[in-house]
Amino acid sequence: MPISYYLALSAVLFGLGVIGFVFKRNIITIFMSIELMLNAVNLAFIAFARALGQLQGQVFVFFVIVVAAAEAAVGLAIVIVIARNRQSLNVERINLLKL
Amino acid sequence: MTPQLVIFLILAAIAVAGAVSVILQREPIHSAISLITVMIALAGLFLLLESEFIAAVQIIVYAGAIMVLFVFVIMLLNAGAEERTNMSRMARYVGVPLAIFLLIELAYQVGAATLSMTAQPVADGATRGLSMLLFQDFVFPFELTSILILIAILGALVLAQRSEGAPAQRAQQ
Repeated sequence: MPISYYLALSAVLFGLGVIGFVFKRNIITIFMSIELMLNAVNLAFIAFARALGQLQGQVFVFFVIVVAAAEAAVGLAIVIVIARNRQSLNVERINLLKL
Repeated sequence: MTPQLVIFLILAAIAVAGAVSVILQREPIHSAISLITVMIALAGLFLLLESEFIAAVQIIVYAGAIMVLFVFVIMLLNAGAEERTNMSRMARYVGVPLAIFLLIELAYQVGAATLSMTAQPVADGATRGLSMLLFQDFVFPFELTSILILIAILGALVLAQRSEGAPAQRAQQ
C-alpha cells in the first residue's frame, strides 16, 4: 500500500493539533495539542524512513521522543508554577505581558 | 483490499477520532485519555510500518511516562472543565470552516505529492540496524540526550519547588 496514506494521516493529525492549539483555552490541553503535533511528525518520519528503506528516520523519531519527554517535564513544571501564581489554567487570564 | 489496508484504516479512524476528541472534550482528563488512544493507535501504525522498536518506545515512553505525567499534573491542579468559550461570530463562521479546509487541503496535497512512493525493504532487521546506527553513527547525540534529560530534571525541580518567600506565598500572607 502506498506510503502517501500514512503521510495524509500524519497531515490530518498535525492539522488537528494546530486547531487544538489555537482553539483550546486550558493551558494543559494546549500542551497536549503540541504533543499531538509531535506524534504526527513522528508518523511522517517513520513513513518516509520506510519509503526510503533507511533507518535514520527512526533514529530521529527516537530523539524526538526523548526531547518530548524532557519538554513535558519542564513544561508541566511551568504549568504548575503558573497555576500557583495565577490561580487559573485559562490562558485568557495569563496576560501579564499584554499591553 | 489487502489486510494491511484494513488494519491501517481501522487504526487511522481510531487515531483521527481520538484527535478530534482531544479538541472537543472540555474536561482536561478526558482529553488526556483521548490522547492516549491516539498514541496507542500510532504505535499500531508503527508496527504496520515495520518499526517495532519505535512502536514499543511509543507505548512505554509516550503513552506510559509522558501521559502519566500529564494525568498526574491534571489531578494535582484539580483542573476542572474548561470555561465555555464564547466564540466570536468571526471565529464561528470563518475560523472553523477555514480550519476544516486547512485539514483537507493539507492531507490532499501531501498525499498527492507522495503518491508514487512505495515501501522499500530494509537490509538487515530494523531493530538491529537501528541499534547499530544509534550506538555507532549517532552515539554522540545519544549521549547528549542523557545530559539533556538531567538538565530537564533539574529545571523541573527548580521551577516546581515552593521556596521560602515565593511570590505565591507572599500573596497569600
